[in-house]
Amino acid sequence: MANENNTSDSQVDVGRVLTDSMVRQIRDLFVRYPNRQAVTLPALHIVHEELRHVPLQAVVEIAELLELTPADVQDALSFYGFFKQDKPHGRTRVWVCRSISCALRGSEEIAQHLCDRLGMQPGETTADNSVTLEVAECLGACDFAPCFLAGSRLHRNMTRESADRLLDELTTDGDRDSV
Amino acid sequence: MVIVTAFEPILLADIKKEASHTLRVYQQSAGYQTLKQALVEMTPEQVQEVVQSSGLRGRGGAGFPTGLKWTFLPKDHPGPVYFCLNADESEPGTFNNRILMEEDPHQVIEGTILSCYATGASTAYIYLRYEYPTSLERLQNAIDECYAAGLLGKNVLGTDFSLDMYLHRGAAAYICGEETGLIESLEGKRACPRIKPPFPAVEGVFRKPTVVNNVETAACVKHILARGADWFRSMGVPADPENPRDAGSYGPKLYCLSGHIERPGCYEAPLGITVDELINEFGGGVWKGRRAKAAIPGGISMGLLSADEFDCPLDFSGPGKYGCLGLGTAAVVVLDETVSMVDFLHNSCRFFAHESCGQCTPCREGTAWSLQMLNRIKQGQGRLQDLDLLLEIGDSIGIIPGTTICGLSDGAAWPIKNAIRKFRSEFEIYIQRTNPKGYQATEPVQALEIIGVH
Repeated sequence: MANENNTSDSQVDVGRVLTDSMVRQIRDLFVRYPNRQAVTLPALHIVHEELRHVPLQAVVEIAELLELTPADVQDALSFYGFFKQDKPHGRTRVWVCRSISCALRGSEEIAQHLCDRLGMQPGETTADNSVTLEVAECLGACDFAPCFLAGSRLHRNMTRESADRLLDELTTDGDRDSV
Repeated sequence: MVIVTAFEPILLADIKKEASHTLRVYQQSAGYQTLKQALVEMTPEQVQEVVQSSGLRGRGGAGFPTGLKWTFLPKDHPGPVYFCLNADESEPGTFNNRILMEEDPHQVIEGTILSCYATGASTAYIYLRYEYPTSLERLQNAIDECYAAGLLGKNVLGTDFSLDMYLHRGAAAYICGEETGLIESLEGKRACPRIKPPFPAVEGVFRKPTVVNNVETAACVKHILARGADWFRSMGVPADPENPRDAGSYGPKLYCLSGHIERPGCYEAPLGITVDELINEFGGGVWKGRRAKAAIPGGISMGLLSADEFDCPLDFSGPGKYGCLGLGTAAVVVLDETVSMVDFLHNSCRFFAHESCGQCTPCREGTAWSLQMLNRIKQGQGRLQDLDLLLEIGDSIGIIPGTTICGLSDGAAWPIKNAIRKFRSEFEIYIQRTNPKGYQATEPVQALEIIGVH
């Protein structure tokens, strides 16, 4: 079920990928730092938020804006496993915490259940592009273990049932009866 | 013995109020009055002196005395001096900074402004971990409120002191909580920690003098200035007169309690309560009426206490006396009697193998190979000899044996050392039971899989 569309070939001759709005948002941050390189991470976030990934062409354009080489930006980007590059993540990125406090309360079993249900591995995206399932290290909400972060929403005290309901809400491909 | 019941929360006093995160509600409980008074009546040196004499030690994990850290800034530097608020709370089991930032962000900001005044910083960056979207929203809102109210920007509250404060969002990398990893990340680079010296106070972000302090530390600064250094020193555990290197453990502390506990949560108590008191008086005991087997004393990096060590006091020097690394973030994670130590150690090794930045060989290889071995043990292919190999890794990686740049590998090593030394027979029984034919083998074995660092 993993999304196999959108190969990186499509990045070769796409022209510019940063919109005027993204460029403006990035430029607005220049005043905050004594040099432009410090805007690297914020710029990557701005692009990632909009495009759900940072294609190589975006790296080139960010580098131009920040007066860096594309290698500088790519060097930083590739350190943080957070940024997708080859293809966009799904509409909602669902992070399942697997660190100790959540693992003690069953998060790994829930994650396995979701992988089985969706027929995919962590990091993959459903065919309808609705959900990318990820495993996360400590989400810092151990008081509500096991917890998920779906987009910018924290889901607390998760169970198999509540995880299923969350997926039902997030997926739109009629997959909900096929558990 | 600390009397827990008589203690009134200070850092968490207002978090249950409705709209506690807004400036309006914060000002109802004298919010920013301390700042106003300090800016008018005190010099930066005086603020620094009060914090130093309070005995406040950093709440982020290392416990370095905050006031002393500030004195390392060069005198008469032309500037600018930068202040970084370390809000990259990522230590497994730890969530107290999240609660402060979500429920009482102005308390944190007031402490940060005071700290900037004391250190002469003109720009403060709040390095916030990606995984805290609610903190992001509330801190940004609080910063906007402060600019509108003249609490940030040019001429704070009409004084000569000016300060800009910016939120900077991380990208889900644990190592950014290490202060020089944070600085590298803030500069737009890979978050590989720097060799020290020079320490950030001398040459930090953008090669300028820099102070990096934790969120809870900043909140403490606010209350120390409001109530005085003596008030802060009246709580906690005094320095051991027999040990000249002990700086004492003063003040209130936010303890995070999670895992197999009836009431997980963040609880405030004077430094020095015991694990037992935290579990039973605050947490309602081990869940499901079960018995505890072990507990992490201060985030997974600190190692493990076995259940018969729960009289361990949670002050800066307590866990060290029980063979653990230290107090760390004071995040206690309880493991009940059903937990397999193999599973625990696998989880810990997986975390550190994933989070090692990869620049120091002992850490990059040590964390990856310890995970390989735990994978093998977990899958029923363990050998008794693996336990000695794991201990060899545990004893040879980290700042403490002197093989790495930062302390991540010490954090990786302690769970290995504690789990195997305190629960060795359990590992041996598991290996013998799951690998009856091969547990005595000693010849090299093929790796199961290649593990990427990230």
